[in-house]
Amino acid sequence: MAVAEFDTPELKEYPVIPHLQKDVMAHSRPFEAKAELQEKLGFPGGLIDNWQQVAIEKMGELNKKYRSLQVYLDSCVKCGACTDKCHYYLGTSDPKNMPVARQDLYRKIYRRYFTISGKLFPKLVGAEDLTEEVLEDWYSYFHQCSQCRRCSVYCPYGIDTAEISMAAREVMDTVGKGQKYCNEIIGKAQTIGNNLGLPEPALVNTLEGLEEDVEEETGVKVRFPVDEKGAEVLLITPSADFFAEPHIDGLIGYAKVFHQAKISWTLSSFASEAANFGMFIGSYENMQKLALRIRQAAIDLGVKRIVFGECGHAWRVAYSFLNTLAGPFDFLDQNYPIPQHICEVTHGLIEEGKLTLDPSRNDDMVVTYHDSCNVARASRMGDKPGGQFEIPREIIKAVCNHYVDMPSHSIKEGTYCCGGGGGLLTDDLIELRVKGALPRMEALKSVVDEYGVTHMAAICAICKSQFSKVFPYYNFSMDQIISLHQLVSNAIVLQPEGNSSEGSDDESQVEAA
Amino acid sequence: MSLEVSGKSYETDEEGYLAELSQWKPELAEAMASADGAELGEFHWEVINFLREYYEEYQIAPAVRVLTKAIGKKLGKDKGNSKYLYELFPYGPAKQACKYAGLPKPTGCV
Repeated sequence: MAVAEFDTPELKEYPVIPHLQKDVMAHSRPFEAKAELQEKLGFPGGLIDNWQQVAIEKMGELNKKYRSLQVYLDSCVKCGACTDKCHYYLGTSDPKNMPVARQDLYRKIYRRYFTISGKLFPKLVGAEDLTEEVLEDWYSYFHQCSQCRRCSVYCPYGIDTAEISMAAREVMDTVGKGQKYCNEIIGKAQTIGNNLGLPEPALVNTLEGLEEDVEEETGVKVRFPVDEKGAEVLLITPSADFFAEPHIDGLIGYAKVFHQAKISWTLSSFASEAANFGMFIGSYENMQKLALRIRQAAIDLGVKRIVFGECGHAWRVAYSFLNTLAGPFDFLDQNYPIPQHICEVTHGLIEEGKLTLDPSRNDDMVVTYHDSCNVARASRMGDKPGGQFEIPREIIKAVCNHYVDMPSHSIKEGTYCCGGGGGLLTDDLIELRVKGALPRMEALKSVVDEYGVTHMAAICAICKSQFSKVFPYYNFSMDQIISLHQLVSNAIVLQPEGNSSEGSDDESQVEAA
Repeated sequence: MSLEVSGKSYETDEEGYLAELSQWKPELAEAMASADGAELGEFHWEVINFLREYYEEYQIAPAVRVLTKAIGKKLGKDKGNSKYLYELFPYGPAKQACKYAGLPKPTGCV
């Protein structure tokens, strides 16, 4: 467990675009997936003999399948607007981490095999043969993109590097060169039901422990139900919420919200994962398998609503793709958004006055909010544009007296990735993760210095794990990252049983249903 | 990769996690720790033993909260928190302690 040797970037007073350092991150590459992990997902176990041919065929297939991909490949005019927008470029100085350069790793192969000019005059149009060297470059630099889409916000054509990076990863998986972290996790989620590999008895044991803890702390029996048929809501949340800190404090917050609002809910041991790493590797088939587990669980449990917990890319998959991946959801209550985000639930209840909140309980904190990339730029909440920015902030302001935003270039649609998104949250990429966190760390430090911010809230399991890992590199402490629903959990005033009709009602409702 | 202990070789993954759970013995934990420049004391062993017991029953490492609660019961409330566990295992109780205990590395967004 040796510490990787690298220097943590220095935090500057204001963002500085670094001087280029060519190939300085060429050594950064995640562990490759072994045969067993690859084959489980339907990919070859190792690099196949005719990999060039298969890769080019796959690229052709993807061009037909995703019109957007071909448009992105054709439309770049090399204007340079994206060059200083990627957190990995800002943190590493490697020019291949400029979004346009990353795209060009793919585009130059596309031009060589799919455009007339590239076929006839490759050198004139920057077209190149697909060689082993190129494949190695792909493996390294397409695993230095967290698919956060920040560059696409500033691109005048809206070119989305995330999609190109997903396509590249899919091509690599198809020829047998997959990434261990993502593919191991997808395999576990498909067999056990979650990324952790947490089996049902362990899930039940963990949740029973939480019930005890919350009762000890509040005197109120707040339930954490699993597989309860007839519950109104199926909660799909990242399995990190059962396992890690500060995630689990968010889970306690969701439970308290449901409890106080008298909404019967359940988790599913079959679909005990919100995260969908199929998206990170660009694999529609694997993404669909995970989405279908959620559908199955909703049918089996007879729920009326599906609510997603705090998970960034899960919400992208849920909000943008769930209906086409696993729909139609005509068996759910059509009066609610399908699916719904836990923040939408909590926000709605706050607006209706159904939650008793005491924000002074969070008076020991000055809070800021980190917009998670997939929520900010790839989805929405509520029924107004920008709801994904306003709803979480309105919740925080309702439960917390001291709230400050980070500088405007670093929030909302311009938010910086935490540095660990897109399937890069693995220890073998720790140098990249630390360096990629730089722009967020600078923005955070500015509000810590200026306004005395003590904590940063987030609504994504990856963000939370990433920050608790990289904060110490930048002299923050790991517990300064918190779950948004942890703030809700602190502020919510639960009435002990006997004083009101809370609690026992929930159970009878479920049993009756 | 492999780990050499008293003349025997034990297969591990790229990060040094033991490939075969059943091959584990206390000497391997000692060897892994000394490779990290650490020495295992009584409290480390409490954690390692609890992890192994929990894994035996549930086929997964315990959630951080389950672990801190159990350690708090065994070693006193002042030690039942993740700050203390991070003092014992600076690379994180879930990952470093699991490695010494011969368990697979927890995966996912953790």
